[in-house]
Amino acid sequence: MAVSLGFSRTDATLIATAVSEIVRNIVVHAGQGEIVIRPLEEETRCGLIVVAQDKGGGIRDVDAALEHGYAGRGGLGLGLPGARRLMDEFKVDSQLDQGTTVTMTKWRSRDELERLRERRRRG
Amino acid sequence: MAVAVVRHGDYLIASIQSDLSDAEVVELRNDLVERAGRDRVRGIVVDVAALEVIDSFVARALRAIAVTARLRGAETIVVGIQPEVAIAMVHFRVDLHPLRTAHDLDEALALLGRAVTGVGDAR
Repeated sequence: MAVSLGFSRTDATLIATAVSEIVRNIVVHAGQGEIVIRPLEEETRCGLIVVAQDKGGGIRDVDAALEHGYAGRGGLGLGLPGARRLMDEFKVDSQLDQGTTVTMTKWRSRDELERLRERRRRG
Repeated sequence: MAVAVVRHGDYLIASIQSDLSDAEVVELRNDLVERAGRDRVRGIVVDVAALEVIDSFVARALRAIAVTARLRGAETIVVGIQPEVAIAMVHFRVDLHPLRTAHDLDEALALLGRAVTGVGDAR
């Protein structure tokens, strides 16, 4: 999806790795969850939004998890600091015993030609 | 078959053909570790060129192969990490240490040959 939205191979791989790490957190810490990945199309930019949600135990100290990552359970990090550094918008909502939702967005500016095409497409 | 494992003299060469599921990663680890002992190999080369994402789980499995294979007398080298994957690994601080890497199969076999000779020269 990232490549079809015009992201570079490097960005696409970074996004895929971020999603992989966050999904793994859900599987390891919560057992199950839901992840939604959607394209975003605006006139001057396009992007990708990822919403990963679980109903697990929640993260006790979100700030700490975001600072260092949590290298527990044999080195499986939370991936959150890496994802936060990568994404343009990043939000973690976590309630103890209720679950966690990670919402992250990466944007890509459209160049002049793309903007023109997009404007025409919108009519 | 997601991974092709062939014997090449004293070495095992595992070529991963596509992105692997978690179960396939674990199966590969178990398979290589078992064969390292059974076939009495001195080295294992794992070719990851087909992997588009190397996350903490995959890294952990590769490290497990290396550490366990060493217990059974074999050295492990990973080859073929794609440039975008390497960038993503650094970004997400996915660490392969103490695994060694090489550019390609030839270089890996040369390194393994020297390693084996080195051991033998301890007189």
